[in-house]
Amino acid sequence: MTTPAHRAHWAGRVRQVDALIVGGGPAGLAASLMLRSAGVHVALIERERSLGGIPRHSRHTGYGLRDLHRVLSGPSYAAHYAALAEQAGVEIHLTTTATDWSAEGHLVTTSPSGRVQWAAKAVLLATGCRERPRSARLVPGDRPAGVLTTGTLQQLADLFHLPIGERAVVVGAEHVSFSAVHTLLTHGVAVAAMVTDQPASQSYTLLRALACGRHRLPLHVDTDVVAILGSERVRGVELEDRRSHARWSVPCDTVVFTGAWVPDYELARTSPVAMSGPHPRVDQWLRTARPGLFAAGNLVHAAEPADVCALGGRQAARSIVQYLTHGEWPERGVELVASDPFMWTHPSQLTSTLERPTRGRLLTRVRHFLGPGVIELVQSDRVLHAVRRPRLVPNRSISIALPASLRVDLTAGPVELRWRQAR
Amino acid sequence: MGAADGKFTYDVAIVGAGVVGAAIARELSTYELRTVVLEAGHDVGTGTSKANTAIRHTGFDAKPGSLEATLLKRAYPLLGDYAARAGIPLETPGALLVAWSPEQLARIDALRLQAKVNGCDDVHAVSAEALYAAEPKLGPGALGGLAVPGEGIVCPFTMPLAFATEAVINGVRLELDTAVESIEPDAGAYELVTSRGRVRARWVVNAAGLSSDLVDRMMGHERFTIHPRRGQLIVFDKLASPLVSSILLPVPTPVSKGVLIAPTVFGNVLLGPTAEDLDDRTGTQTTREGLDDLLAKGRTILPALVDEEVTATYAGLRAATEYADYQIHCDAAQRYVCVGGIRSTGLSAAMGIAAHVVDLLQDAGVVLRHAAGHREVRMRPVGESQQRPFRDNDAIASRPEYGEILCFCERVTRGEVLDALAGPLPARSTDGLRRRTRAGLGRCQGFYCSATISALLHDRREPPTAQSRDADDLVASQVPRNR
Ligand SMILES: Cc1cc2nc3c(=O)[nH]c(=O)nc-3n(C[C@H](O)[C@H](O)[C@H](O)COP(=O)(O)OP(=O)(O)OC[C@H]3O[C@@H](n4cnc5c(N)ncnc54)[C@H](O)[C@@H]3O)c2cc1C
Ligand SMILES: Cc1cc2nc3c(=O)[nH]c(=O)nc-3n(C[C@H](O)[C@H](O)[C@H](O)COP(=O)(O)OP(=O)(O)OC[C@H]3O[C@@H](n4cnc5c(N)ncnc54)[C@H](O)[C@@H]3O)c2cc1C
Repeated sequence: MTTPAHRAHWAGRVRQVDALIVGGGPAGLAASLMLRSAGVHVALIERERSLGGIPRHSRHTGYGLRDLHRVLSGPSYAAHYAALAEQAGVEIHLTTTATDWSAEGHLVTTSPSGRVQWAAKAVLLATGCRERPRSARLVPGDRPAGVLTTGTLQQLADLFHLPIGERAVVVGAEHVSFSAVHTLLTHGVAVAAMVTDQPASQSYTLLRALACGRHRLPLHVDTDVVAILGSERVRGVELEDRRSHARWSVPCDTVVFTGAWVPDYELARTSPVAMSGPHPRVDQWLRTARPGLFAAGNLVHAAEPADVCALGGRQAARSIVQYLTHGEWPERGVELVASDPFMWTHPSQLTSTLERPTRGRLLTRVRHFLGPGVIELVQSDRVLHAVRRPRLVPNRSISIALPASLRVDLTAGPVELRWRQAR
Repeated sequence: MGAADGKFTYDVAIVGAGVVGAAIARELSTYELRTVVLEAGHDVGTGTSKANTAIRHTGFDAKPGSLEATLLKRAYPLLGDYAARAGIPLETPGALLVAWSPEQLARIDALRLQAKVNGCDDVHAVSAEALYAAEPKLGPGALGGLAVPGEGIVCPFTMPLAFATEAVINGVRLELDTAVESIEPDAGAYELVTSRGRVRARWVVNAAGLSSDLVDRMMGHERFTIHPRRGQLIVFDKLASPLVSSILLPVPTPVSKGVLIAPTVFGNVLLGPTAEDLDDRTGTQTTREGLDDLLAKGRTILPALVDEEVTATYAGLRAATEYADYQIHCDAAQRYVCVGGIRSTGLSAAMGIAAHVVDLLQDAGVVLRHAAGHREVRMRPVGESQQRPFRDNDAIASRPEYGEILCFCERVTRGEVLDALAGPLPARSTDGLRRRTRAGLGRCQGFYCSATISALLHDRREPPTAQSRDADDLVASQVPRNR
């Protein structure tokens, strides 16, 4: 956080661009391509030494279906977008981190060539999300080495080829958890157990089979990790059955905490935009509350697959082009709020009855297994839309196709996303 | 190895390089003395000094007339002055002590008078309205309190590092990974038997923290016993920092200073500590009960805080004894100073303790002459109130590596990491790197950078130097460097 003292003298440079994109993951890259094809001068900044975002170090297949209409591995998918962005003439700045906002409201970056203030007409935040680490989950115990997240695991193993350990416990049983299992097994690390606080696995049987291959690994459902054991290096984890409260420990030298996504919202929260839970509040066209500031990708829906993020990036690009052309920013709008058991919604603001969200869909997540029942969008006791669902699975994407026109009253109170359990 | 074999004899051996041992070493390095510091850990400051609440206490609530009160008072200006010169992050946001019940409110005036006796004249009562005006996010139910303008926050990692670095560059020998196992008197000196061989010294200073009673027993005393008192803490995300601007103290009880909320010099918010009596001197685990207790208390003091993301949790052990005061004893005839039982104010008092130890040595007849050409240290800026390299265009222009951020959460640059891996007291592990640079201490706890940083540490790990050798060859190294 910049203190006023540091803002007093601006020693760095000031750059003018039409559009500035923060984050060179799938969302930012897809947006930059579409902006270039519309002839917009676009600069993209990425804090890492290479473009691509998370797919760079997600070695398995499963990327690109909805945006590229084929299936690639993470690194190939990242490389594909990176090459296109370079060819398209996107002004790319690597090892450049957006750190804060200047007093004038410009984004400020740090790179080996110094500090720069970006006087951009439009800014797109596409900073992604990360997994919540052990500490933020308040898992008690010692603080030994060997406690990782999937992201760290995959970087250590696949980008730096560093040794991981011999026997791991994976916390979580959603898609990304199986991605972690896959990485562990392909690097010769035995998986002692998977642990989830939910009553069942939340991934597809197929994915599970792909990740585990011929390995059989015990899945402890309805189970919490109540302590990490070991002082220098992990010796094991202590588990507790949520129903019987029975406790037991599993020896291991590595623990991987998976999922539990936290959007990388620092730049959003330090700017004057409204938040909606952990995400910056955006409308169907990915506009925040601040004119000229857009957000896309997993920053606004943590976490969806890369292709969905890329399509969101394209949506943001269309929205930016429209803004640069007409200079209009919606004034009216109603908030779209998630009520329990929903955790969040995307979009989280409705500013028009005509503009549709990316893929015409609303995205959301639930806290626990539910169903059958009905998902409803309700405004002042009026049901705007309802869809029946046999089952809702936590930690898995839920998407709801919206009708071409939602009969929202943009002058009335918030629209609520709610669940009605069938009896 | 025997005594009479002409082995080098130090003037002083300090056991322990926590903040207290390191402060003493720094103080002694200003004199013409040959000093060695023997530290069991892999680095300086890996004991209680790295796991505390990081408050610079004024001593306003100390027991009047106690050694603790005296040394806190003595240390206050010394630390303020030194921190400014050495670049140790230190800020003085002041504290508000909040009474939440009529009983607590009734004690406010006594505390104010106690503060006056302790020389803290600026401590004054504040009304509930004033509390809420100063801290609008304070939970409901505060009845009034005390303002303690002198209370501050400090970087507990930089303190021992600065002291130890200054000691080392002025000729003090620092032996890490060296645990003192027994101490044998030997012809006008002592042989300290360590895990890495024997060291001979005329004087012994015991600054062994949680083991200070054990070292005291090695010297033949039976004066006090350490009863570790665990304190668990929760560090909240930097985005919580707008919620609080001063240190929010509870009304202390005879057992504990209680659970407080404080900003940190890194821009986070700290909630803690608990106070739990243990038998285990290594019991630095956090527990479900402890963390739940803190969250419950936090919810009363600053309700919005507990909705923010947690960055880290940790626990430290206070070296409590059966006595309320520090256990500082000088046995002149024995050439031994015991600096034990520095329970819950050691960071704040360290420089006062060190000055006091010098007085004790002088009184005991040790001849102290100021060394010529003493060199000071300047630590690299890691505090939020300092000019961090990532914001410093001149630094980046002079060395572009200061513009390459590796740890995104804490904005630690490649240049800073490389600096920390070099120098007189280099980082030797990811933990050592964290304490020197903050890398990996932030909200993602290494999701993004730990792999990069591990790789850098892997590549850069220097061949063992004199200061960082694992082999059992202490004796060969016992040639003091030129002063
Ligand atoms: C282990 C794992 C396995 C996965 N498997 C699949 C899969 O099989 N198929 C699939 O479709 N999806 C998968 N995903 C999800 C996919 O990786 C993400 O959906 C996608 O990467 C999100 O794209 P994004 O652009 O929103 O964010 P990211 O990919 O996270 O990119 C954000 C970028 O912004 C940069 N950035 C952030 N802040 C700043 C700043 N302040 N300044 C400069 N740059 C900044 C980051 O460095 C990063 O490069 C997986 C994810 C994980 C973690
Ligand atoms: C929860 C908590 C909160 C606190 N909050 C504050 C605060 O806000 N402000 C404040 O001023 N103080 C605070 N304190 C107190 C402060 O942290 C301590 O007083 C201080 O760190 C003690 O320093 P030390 O050097 O005596 O001990 P330590 O830091 O424990 O150092 C002792 C060193 O001796 C070494 N050692 C031990 N035995 C041997 C041996 N046989 N041979 C070689 N080396 C040995 C150890 O490895 C260790 O490094 C707090 C303490 C706790 C636990």
